[in-house]
Amino acid sequence: MADWQIDLIKVVFIWVWALLIAVVMTWVERRASAMMQDRLGPNRAGPFGLLQPLADGIKLFTKEDIMPEKARKILFLLGPPLFALPAFSAYAVVPFGDKIVLGGKEIILQVSDVNIGFLYVLALGAIGVYGMVIGGWASNSKYSILGGLRATAQLISYEVPMGLALLTIVLLYGTFSLREMVLLQQGTFLGFLPNWGIFKQPLGFIIFLVAAYAEANRVPFDLPECESELVTGYHTEYGSMNLGLYLFGEYVNLGTLAAITVSLFFGGWTLPYVDMSKFLGPVAYGVASFMVFFIKQAFFLFLFVWVRWTVPRFRYDQLMGLGWKALIPLGLVNLFVTALLVQLTI
Amino acid sequence: MSLEQRIKDCLGADVVEITEFRGDVCVEIPKSRVIEAMTLLKEKAGFDFLSDVIGVDNMDLYAKAKKAKKKKKDEEEEEPKKEGPPPPRFDVIYLLLSLSRDERVQVKVRVPEDDMDVPSVTGLWKAATWPEREAFDMYGFNFTGHPNLRRLLMWDEFEDHPLRKDYPLEGKGEERHLNYDTV
Amino acid sequence: MATETVCITTGPADVGDYVSLNIGPIHPAMHGTLRVITRTDGETILSAEPEIGYLHRGVEKLGENFTYKQFLPLTDRLNYCSAICNNVAYELAVEKLLGIEVPPKAQLVRTIMMELARIADHEVLVGILGVDLGALTPFFYLIIQREEIYEIFEWHHGARLTNSMGAIGGVEAPLPDRFHQKWPKMRDSIRRANDETDKLLTHNRIWMDRTIGVNAFCEEDALNWGFTGPMLRACGTRRDIRKDEPYLMYNEFDFEVPTGKHGDVFDRYMIRMLEMEESIKIIDQAYAMYQEMPDDAPLMKKVPKIIKPPAGQAYHAIESPNGELGFFIKSDGSDKPYRIKIRPPCYMIYQAFEELVKGEMISDLIACLSSINVIAGELDR
Repeated sequence: MADWQIDLIKVVFIWVWALLIAVVMTWVERRASAMMQDRLGPNRAGPFGLLQPLADGIKLFTKEDIMPEKARKILFLLGPPLFALPAFSAYAVVPFGDKIVLGGKEIILQVSDVNIGFLYVLALGAIGVYGMVIGGWASNSKYSILGGLRATAQLISYEVPMGLALLTIVLLYGTFSLREMVLLQQGTFLGFLPNWGIFKQPLGFIIFLVAAYAEANRVPFDLPECESELVTGYHTEYGSMNLGLYLFGEYVNLGTLAAITVSLFFGGWTLPYVDMSKFLGPVAYGVASFMVFFIKQAFFLFLFVWVRWTVPRFRYDQLMGLGWKALIPLGLVNLFVTALLVQLTI
Repeated sequence: MSLEQRIKDCLGADVVEITEFRGDVCVEIPKSRVIEAMTLLKEKAGFDFLSDVIGVDNMDLYAKAKKAKKKKKDEEEEEPKKEGPPPPRFDVIYLLLSLSRDERVQVKVRVPEDDMDVPSVTGLWKAATWPEREAFDMYGFNFTGHPNLRRLLMWDEFEDHPLRKDYPLEGKGEERHLNYDTV
Repeated sequence: MATETVCITTGPADVGDYVSLNIGPIHPAMHGTLRVITRTDGETILSAEPEIGYLHRGVEKLGENFTYKQFLPLTDRLNYCSAICNNVAYELAVEKLLGIEVPPKAQLVRTIMMELARIADHEVLVGILGVDLGALTPFFYLIIQREEIYEIFEWHHGARLTNSMGAIGGVEAPLPDRFHQKWPKMRDSIRRANDETDKLLTHNRIWMDRTIGVNAFCEEDALNWGFTGPMLRACGTRRDIRKDEPYLMYNEFDFEVPTGKHGDVFDRYMIRMLEMEESIKIIDQAYAMYQEMPDDAPLMKKVPKIIKPPAGQAYHAIESPNGELGFFIKSDGSDKPYRIKIRPPCYMIYQAFEELVKGEMISDLIACLSSINVIAGELDR
């Protein structure tokens, strides 16, 4: 197989994988929340209601696509794809496994190992904001524009602490490539702890996680679309698959954020204390590394759900206060201390 | 000292009539003295809480009484007496409550149909804001001095006062006012 | 910028540096059919004018044309979260007009049912307050308990939501047999659900930030605006009609009246949580008294088939879950009330809505609305 064919397969695989996670997540969200709330959740379509996302998809596709009369037509249609696409694209640099040997060819389990993968992720995260802002603005509804405004302020504010938290990681590993970061997390630290980012950067991890929740618009930071105040915020006026894209993009986004969290702070596909490549065949090792990565990712995906159904949401000014008055100073201090330590140890 | 006595002492000459029914004391005061009497009740007698403002249309009550009287007259075949001026058609009843003594008193003001002005008590209790608006809406009292006397439950274009006894229960009713082009 | 490119259509009210935002009557957070017209500067509310009347059904006009017994089912539709309280309030008002007192056993049944309704009402309120602030889970814990309470209502008088319980002169049935097994279990499960809600919300940092100090209202203003019930108690006034002007047999029960300090959303929430516990205590005591009564104790006072109270007017108020719920009835001696005026508790509170939310943010408006517990049914009548 030629390289471009392998790349194509990888792209298709990661695309299907991202879609699958988003689809299953809608089901997990509903079943898990039902479990937490003493109710059943969707259990009619297929075994355990597993086909429910499919039913929802069919429903969304067959709904009439309504556009408000005074909406800006082009922007209105541009909003949903602009929101969903960056979420998909960010998967490109996620190392979802080590390598697999197929047909005598060593294949890296990552679509492309860009050496600035890290900046790519941040950049795409920033583009995602436009989808919400444009959608909210083009809808010609006051609730939508309030949602869009909140989304802008929130996402831009929380990109700063997120960037600060990630910078400490960059300082720590001395690279921008996500793959190299994962490789650097093998082995142990202080003799007994796995050499993971979370143990080296606990504060950075907390800042990153909080910012990730804000970036993903999840409770307690779901202000752009909180249904009790703004109906559904920036996508109030959307229907049919346009709405579907927004909802879907959100879950894809969750998958991306979980994958990045795992890669940066939880050792990616590596297992602590165990080197899988020593006792597994080349094919099995590739599959196993992917499975390890997936399990870690699944845990964070579940954490998103768990938190969502536990806590209330912030108020707009409190959210801004948390971002600017707590997370950014903390991030700066953390960066400074890390820089000092790195300087001293080298 | 009984409640009636205390109210009499407090209001003095303002009291037209005090009645008591099932433990509920009802004081009637002249319309022109509403604000003064209410201020006295609030500050001297300790009725510091306004529960509600209620409008009553006595039209049917008088019609019934007249009918009964007429019937009686027919039986006795007496000389018909000269009729005085018609009694005021409406009542406004203020429900006051004393939080310290846990006593309630009803203050009644009689309002004739041709002079629907009633002084508003919103200056004394803000609680009267909506009840007075509602009484205006339902009966057409004109509460003078009310900050925002608009319809409350009915829509602004509505013209009648539906709780008046002569407002039809069935039939065209408000439909005749509903102009779908403008609403 | 050309006017064509202005995306948000601005109404005539949109002059100056603010936007008028119309919230409701169809909006997820507007419980029922409420509408608030706000002017906002960013997210800060400059003015908020509630507009009511969307659920106006002319209950008072209907009351003048129904007989005393026929009016009872209409009272269900006032505060449909605790319909029994409305029923009993109306019955008590008519009984006051008639000058009768119902037998003690009937009073106990009424008390137990009313307190159950109070628990159900508070559970809905706390749950909805949580939902409006983004915490959906406690709602389900509480709503399950409400369903259990509705089960008891169903056993007793056959209806779950619109109860029409009792009659003028008493109640139709004693406590259902299954109540005796159900209550001890249910008491524990209600307490457990409240505990879980308490754990999820009360000391949650986000919940505290969202509720403490939000829409704080001082006692003086609250009294001036005619606040009653939990809203007034949250401001610090110890006023509960059950204690101050006892009706039924409330003077024989031992219970506390929880009060707050600041009159903010948190205090209102806490008072409701504490009142549920007090209601459980009252039900326990009433149930103990009920069990001591002989089985054949009368449940109904003899009243004539056609109720014709003597001419006169009477006002009777009870402590409904939201506050003072009063019925003013004027009788002309016929079989129909001459005038019925309902004094709904949330009506008086809602008129101060603008004062409550001015200067706060849109999110606080929603929190405030939920914490008042505005029920459109009793607001518009």
